[in-house]
Amino acid sequence: MNVQAALFYFFAAILVFAALRVVTSRNPVHSALWLVLAFFTAAAHWLMLRAEFLAIALVLVYVGAVMVLFLFVVMMLDVNFDNLRSQFRSYIPVGATVGVLVLVEMALVILGSFLKPVTAPAGAAAARGSNTRALGSVLYTDYVYPFEIAAVVLLVAIIAAIVLTHRKRKGTKYQNPGDQVKVRAKDRLRILNIPSEKREGQA
Amino acid sequence: MRQSPAAGTGKRENDVAFLTMAPTLSHYLVLGAILFAISMAGIFLNRKNVIILLMAIELMLLAVNMNFIAFSSFLNDMAGQVFVFFILTVAAAESAIGLAILVLLFRNVGSIDVEDLDALRG
Repeated sequence: MNVQAALFYFFAAILVFAALRVVTSRNPVHSALWLVLAFFTAAAHWLMLRAEFLAIALVLVYVGAVMVLFLFVVMMLDVNFDNLRSQFRSYIPVGATVGVLVLVEMALVILGSFLKPVTAPAGAAAARGSNTRALGSVLYTDYVYPFEIAAVVLLVAIIAAIVLTHRKRKGTKYQNPGDQVKVRAKDRLRILNIPSEKREGQA
Repeated sequence: MRQSPAAGTGKRENDVAFLTMAPTLSHYLVLGAILFAISMAGIFLNRKNVIILLMAIELMLLAVNMNFIAFSSFLNDMAGQVFVFFILTVAAAESAIGLAILVLLFRNVGSIDVEDLDALRG
């Protein structure tokens, strides 16, 4: 058996099993951890497809940041997860039907050309150097404006997440730097014009 | 294998040929379709739990990214990987904002059950 085929089926089996466990496991923490496994095996597949940069980015960004965020939120919320699963069994028929339907529709599209080699001559990409260099040379020339828009999207996401979850606690004392900067001398110091007392006998 | 019909004359040999050959584009597309179908079913199975819904959406994006990278690799076109790069960026932003909304929701409603979110029903 071909080594590449063996690796493909090995990782594909792990990926499909992990994906199934994500949607069926009882505890959302377990779901998040199975999703981590799914991302890892997907990264392995991407490595086999010679997309090394994106495979590492998937591990760093998704496993390192997004999934940790998920775990934080799942553990922070004090939710009774058993209530949320109360009707799980009654949803199985419609869920399985939709899943099979989607799979059959895609299979009808894909199987028409199954196993036809759609491969361009391999090695053309390898001749250009590493995958990261190739991706960077495209990203910073043809796609430089979308790249900058992506940066703005991330900035918006940061600000939106902070604005949404930030709250002022009642009863705490805090300074408002804006008010502190805006203050003028006349706000703090009032000069009263009081006529001085006259001594008796002078008038 | 279809590209070498002379090699395997028996039908049985044809049936198992796809198991031993190096993975083609179709293998990856089928894998992506299976992943997408699983996450689609997952959305219906966990339609009360917003957290699992977000995870199923992440899984869907992973399936789509798998297709993009498979096409990019087999057609030797770098554009697919650039698209995956942007999808990863937007998906990270989406999940950050989604989880922020989820926290806010739990603070205000005290539940993450989708059926409790009927304030706009009127």
